[in-house]
Amino acid sequence: MSEIVLPRRQLIARAGGLVAAAGALPLLSGCDAINDAPAVRKILSMGEEMNRASQRALIDRNTLAREFSPADLSPYFRPNGTRLPAGAAYAAHAASAFADWRVKVTGLVTRPLALSMVDIRAMPQRTQITRHDCVEGWSAIGQWTGVPLARILAAAGVRDSARYIVFRCADRLGDALYYESCDLVDALHPQTIMAWALNGKILPIANGAPLRLRIERQLGYKHAKYVNAIEAVASLDQIGAGKGGYWEDRIDYEWYAGI
Amino acid sequence: MAEAETPVAPTQTEPVRVYRHRLPARIWHWVNAVTLLVLLMSGLMIFNAHPRLYWGEYGANFDRAWLVIGSTPDSGYLRIGDYRVETTGVLGRWTDAKGAEKTWAFPGWATIPTSYSLADGRRWHLLFAWLLSIGLTLYMLWTLIGGHLRKDLHIRRAEWSPRHIWHDVKAHARLRFPRGEAAARYGILQKLSYIGVIFVALPLMIATGLTMSPGMNATWPWLLDVFGGRQSARSIHFITAWALVVFFLVHIAMVLLAGPVNEVRSMVTGWFRLPPEREEGA
Repeated sequence: MSEIVLPRRQLIARAGGLVAAAGALPLLSGCDAINDAPAVRKILSMGEEMNRASQRALIDRNTLAREFSPADLSPYFRPNGTRLPAGAAYAAHAASAFADWRVKVTGLVTRPLALSMVDIRAMPQRTQITRHDCVEGWSAIGQWTGVPLARILAAAGVRDSARYIVFRCADRLGDALYYESCDLVDALHPQTIMAWALNGKILPIANGAPLRLRIERQLGYKHAKYVNAIEAVASLDQIGAGKGGYWEDRIDYEWYAGI
Repeated sequence: MAEAETPVAPTQTEPVRVYRHRLPARIWHWVNAVTLLVLLMSGLMIFNAHPRLYWGEYGANFDRAWLVIGSTPDSGYLRIGDYRVETTGVLGRWTDAKGAEKTWAFPGWATIPTSYSLADGRRWHLLFAWLLSIGLTLYMLWTLIGGHLRKDLHIRRAEWSPRHIWHDVKAHARLRFPRGEAAARYGILQKLSYIGVIFVALPLMIATGLTMSPGMNATWPWLLDVFGGRQSARSIHFITAWALVVFFLVHIAMVLLAGPVNEVRSMVTGWFRLPPEREEGA
């Protein structure tokens, strides 16, 4: 038996050490210093680039996200982010059932447009039941109806120099208006639609009325709500802080949110 | 004269040294130790963003969760099914380094980074997931090609006998570890746990991780069907992570009990000193 006494003592000593380490504040703040170091941030962002490049290589540009049946719908589709944009302008639009809402299509296009909701509903429509995956981890299944973004972009005539599509939103979060962006692969994807209906009803305000983006192969924060402008650009550098989205600019969410 | 006084000690044989861990195994072991720690801690941060788990394809705040870490105004709790336990101070409600009360599920000392940042947790997690995947793939190939699987991990027919397994279980429970020649080889429980980690748990972590990706779901929907939906995949990911934590704790306990210096040295240099055979009757 004597041969195991020493190891047991060591075990206890080690366990005590772990507890002490857990309470060691300098160690913890050291960890956060590593997290915040610019060189580390650069290395960490390599993961996003590897994910984007590998997913673009593995996933065909037209591969569809799974579509579900009405039996699969979430009983309640959880709204997230802004649930009611502030300000008199939006309130007036909501009061008039968005009759005067215009979605401007601008930037690197040959025919800039200003589409009303009537215009948008007159275009060819697509209805899809898809799963919405929030970056936080939850999922909800909903049925969306809207016009494929590719139709809108074709109507406006996107120039060859355009590489990204930027979505401008009417909801202000803190210091700035929400916005998002995607590349042309996702913009022209058959399931990428500007949706105005959820589960067979006019889109509720909490879910982005009157018009929101569905970009089914990426996470929820990419799905811009309350969209009032669609802009074709060659670079994201001059948009917001240059990272391609409201949360990307502020807290360093990945611009490519396919994972 | 000196010769005559030389004490004649009972023959103290030099410990037999065996080359037990080859370089690829050692490198993978230590890279993995760091990688899995980062993945666990950043994973707990990601969990904190939505500390609820569901079964099936969907699940959000209005749906029934099978596991919740939550808080009341003065306590923290863990609920699994209908079983609820107070976890104030550790889970759900705890005090941070500056003395501020927080209500995130896992406390700051267990997460990367220590303060709430889903974005940063994801950055660490999704980069180190690459290290894990590439390392595991290379290591699996090496165990096949280099003979590690066939020579060291392969479970022979005789080892599958319940008597043999029961014998090993009893030996472990009594902390009687193999000595001499037998210590150079893995026991049946060791083989099962290493095979379980390398060929079941880690691949399961990667596969369930991939099925949480909306992009991968589009191209490999069958993988999601294997796990029964995205929220099931997320639950399995969480459970398997804790299975790996349990493996880690037992692994560390065994190393400490079997002789930590010798064990750690063998995983650094490759050379393991065989514990001498027990003397008769010991």
